[in-house]
Amino acid sequence: MALREALMGPLYIVRALYTTFKHNTQPIVTIEYPEKQKAVPPRARGKHILHRYADGLEKCVGCELCAIACPVGCIVVEAAENTPEHRVSPGERYAKRYEINLLRCIYCGMCEEACPYDAITMGPRYDLADDHPDKFIAVKEDMLEPLSASVNDTAVPSGAPSAQPVARKW
Amino acid sequence: MTTELVVVTLIKTAIVVFGLLTGFAYLTLFERKVQARLQQRPGPNRVGPFGLLQPAADGLKLFFKSSSAPSGRDRFLYLLAPTISVIAALASFAIIPVSGPGDVNLFGHHIGWYIMNVNIGVLWYLAVTSVGVFGIFLAGYSSNSKYSMLGALRSSAQMISYEMALGLSLVPVFILAGSLRLVDIVNAQRTWWFIVPLLPAFFLYLIAGIAETNRAPFDLPEAETELVAGYHTEYSGMRFALFFMAEYINMIIVSSIATIVFLGGWWGPFGILPGPWWFLLKVVALLYVYVWLRATLPRMRYDRLMALGWKSLLPLSLAMMMVTAVVYVAAQGRA
Repeated sequence: MALREALMGPLYIVRALYTTFKHNTQPIVTIEYPEKQKAVPPRARGKHILHRYADGLEKCVGCELCAIACPVGCIVVEAAENTPEHRVSPGERYAKRYEINLLRCIYCGMCEEACPYDAITMGPRYDLADDHPDKFIAVKEDMLEPLSASVNDTAVPSGAPSAQPVARKW
Repeated sequence: MTTELVVVTLIKTAIVVFGLLTGFAYLTLFERKVQARLQQRPGPNRVGPFGLLQPAADGLKLFFKSSSAPSGRDRFLYLLAPTISVIAALASFAIIPVSGPGDVNLFGHHIGWYIMNVNIGVLWYLAVTSVGVFGIFLAGYSSNSKYSMLGALRSSAQMISYEMALGLSLVPVFILAGSLRLVDIVNAQRTWWFIVPLLPAFFLYLIAGIAETNRAPFDLPEAETELVAGYHTEYSGMRFALFFMAEYINMIIVSSIATIVFLGGWWGPFGILPGPWWFLLKVVALLYVYVWLRATLPRMRYDRLMALGWKSLLPLSLAMMMVTAVVYVAAQGRA
């Protein structure tokens, strides 16, 4: 038995070496992350998006159902009346202030389910990292869908979470 | 004459030390790259093109790290240990001729391709690497830490046992070459590399060499999973880097000796490349084997390691030595 092991041992080692060497011919599986990114599944729950109608009006009517449905209470909505001069949403009211604490959010998607107008949905962005807790409080402008690019490009909800300081601490 | 010798030796020493330190830096990158490829990863590729500046980044990081040290340490030995390791590693390269056969003629001076061409040759290498054990043992002893101590004990036991096989596996070469001088050994391989008649001795040397440098699969002294980091557990920053330097330079030296003693040193098959390039090529090939083995084999159990050293490698190298001697004498007698 010992003799057999002694004779076969080197053979096993050579076989093991061949096995590892074969990997030289196989493709590299690493995705070079910041430059190349994997496609996110269509229903993935990432950072929230606030939607608009085709005419540019916001879908959100400031009903606060999302804030009520939120199990961790990370959403704050403050509504205001639409006026003929200042019309933001087609309904009676709109969200003057809409903030989500992305650190407290558990990305469960209940806000999405609660919303009667499909104004809020979970978006594809998951790479939310920053260097200060205050920067994780997403304000309305961070989440709002852009108007068509030709009209207004400033509200594009891409890039890092908002760097705007927010007075209120959660 | 003596002044010239001193100056030339100093210059050569500076070149060798610089070369070895650069070699060490890029060996770490080489290892990470090769191992990454074997695991289907790209390896370091952020710092510079193909990650080529990674060693510099690592070095800078280690320089600026704060060095923490255990409170109950033996201060003098604690500082001495990494120094011994590195000096022993660097010093053993002194005898290695990187090219040949003759000297180079530079500005009217004949300069050899080695720092010194001593008649004890390989014995110098064996002696100086043995001193390296002191570095490791003193590191464990002076750290006042159980992990360091256990790592150091294992390491010294391992290095001492494998030194026997390492030395004995080289004896057949001395018999065939009739000299301990490395230049003579390489010159004796002009027609046939010694790996051809002495293939078993080559493998014995390679295994013993891997164990001697504490590399996987014989990396028990620093077995991360059981001993934290072995003898250098309590070292950090640049002092830790010195141990790493010693380990990687020892890898280069074991490969260099193997190249010279078994793979014909600077002799290439068709004379297409100049000597130093052949030497470098062979050393890099052996280093690749080192990394390849690390990527392949799991760590051995400690008792198996000792059993392999004393019960297999030592008798086998003794047998190899005797067979070579008998065959050599018989062949001489016929001739």
